[in-house]
Amino acid sequence: MSILAVNMALVLIGQQDSAVSAITGPAIVMGAIGLLLGLGLAFAAKKFAVPRDPRVEAIEAVLPGANCGGCGYPGCAAFASAVVEGKAPVSGCSAASSAANAEIARVMGSEVEDKEKEIAVVLCNGGRSAVNAFEYHGPESCKSAVLVMGGQKSCTYGCLGFGDCVAVCPFDAMRMGENGIPQIDPGKCVACGKCVEECPRDIITLWPENRKVIVACSSRDKGGIARKACSVACIGCRKCDKVCPVEAIVIDGFLARINPDKCINCGLCAKECPTGAIVDKMPVRPKAFIDSSCVGCTLCTKVCPTDAIVGSLKEKHEVVADKCIGCGQCVVKCPKKSIKMMGGALSQQ
Amino acid sequence: MTPAALLAAFIAAPEGGEASFSVARMMAIIISAIFVNNFVLMRFLGICPFLGVSKQLDSAVGMGAAVIFVMVLASLGSYLVYHNVLVPHELVYLRTISFIIIIASLVQLVEMILQKFSPALYDALGIYLPLITTNCAILGVAVLNIEEKFSLGYALINAVAAGIGFTLALVLMAGLRERMETANVPASLRGLPIAFLIAGAMSIAFLGFAGLGG
Repeated sequence: MSILAVNMALVLIGQQDSAVSAITGPAIVMGAIGLLLGLGLAFAAKKFAVPRDPRVEAIEAVLPGANCGGCGYPGCAAFASAVVEGKAPVSGCSAASSAANAEIARVMGSEVEDKEKEIAVVLCNGGRSAVNAFEYHGPESCKSAVLVMGGQKSCTYGCLGFGDCVAVCPFDAMRMGENGIPQIDPGKCVACGKCVEECPRDIITLWPENRKVIVACSSRDKGGIARKACSVACIGCRKCDKVCPVEAIVIDGFLARINPDKCINCGLCAKECPTGAIVDKMPVRPKAFIDSSCVGCTLCTKVCPTDAIVGSLKEKHEVVADKCIGCGQCVVKCPKKSIKMMGGALSQQ
Repeated sequence: MTPAALLAAFIAAPEGGEASFSVARMMAIIISAIFVNNFVLMRFLGICPFLGVSKQLDSAVGMGAAVIFVMVLASLGSYLVYHNVLVPHELVYLRTISFIIIIASLVQLVEMILQKFSPALYDALGIYLPLITTNCAILGVAVLNIEEKFSLGYALINAVAAGIGFTLALVLMAGLRERMETANVPASLRGLPIAFLIAGAMSIAFLGFAGLGG
């Protein structure tokens, strides 16, 4: 049919005048073929139209369109559909401006979540400190190693150290550390969660970046067994639980866990931990300072976990800098707002 | 159009081609297109999806089916346009460009149909589906049909067989690469490098078919 139409068009134009037809002929043929195919496609597009969520198109329109893949989806279009399906967070695009994020949120009818930045942390500090149960000679992959009697380490919870997580990290944020434990560069980590999924031991988790104290152990073994397998294991001694001023630590099956919502970064538990299973990553701790508005109520001296504040009733108190661990408990308690934290890595405390 | 006239149109050879239709010749074309001159492994056409979509068996089969479909439609469309429009008007030099727009439109059509009826396959094929447009295997079949002076019937058989040959290569490759997932490949060869080596070895293996059939 269509071929007949093309031929008809040619006949109508007239092929006799060869000088004209040398140009018009091909042009008409190609034009006619193109037109017919175009009409066919237009018809097919109507016939096979897939109803698309208009929200997907609205979101796609405000996304940067760079298809960088930073969100973990193959491109901006895939991310837009994921947002509409509720699989991806509204502010999941790290490249989008805040205005674009606000627009996406408006399309989705939700507020922009001002989420705390998270990074991946490895909940194991065993590495070379953990004893090997046997020599493993096989594919250099945690997933393979874990199939052989649950891995070569005596500890059946700890990091196997072959770096499957390092290999899977799309942002080059992980490196295998010298101690055999993957190290995470907080500047590069965007908490995409690829390493969390990859780890066969499930010991990588996403953790708020400004919670600097972590229990770097996942062993649920009893104290003795855990200690035999690894010198830096959590033995469930409960010392951290007792010392924690805000009850942020829960002991669950011989393993201490910090509740990041409660933790105030005081670092007392890390100091108290007899095995070194709790790691304090705070580079410099702030110190409390009391200014002249202090009325000497003594509330702060009662709350201070290290007895770093001295002073008698109705007189200005002083902080003993050597004892202060910068936990910020006194700041919270002070009724006159006379105590300030100075220095340290975390200004919001 | 009566069935007899339709049949006559199918086996009517272009000028210089074979006038008669024989089963032996058909078998020769099929074996040639699938094995001896396998489009991927012997003619090295359509390498992009061969390496791109051969990670999983499911999507490899889907891709193969899409390619067979496009190949047959493209052969039909290009054959009709060539012999009924281009040859009578002495516009044979428009062959490549007209074939390409036919193929591009057909791929668009396949994309729409797939998105409508098999969204899962559509997602699995991803970018490689629109890339069939520029898949030289499709254009290769269309051009080959003309060069070999096939009748329409032969051309369609050739297209189906070439598509099966492509699917065969893709499926074999996908099977090998699925096995490769668990193999201990040296670090420097992991991923695409080992896939290229496998492709080369498969190509050498297919050399064994040379001399078979036509």
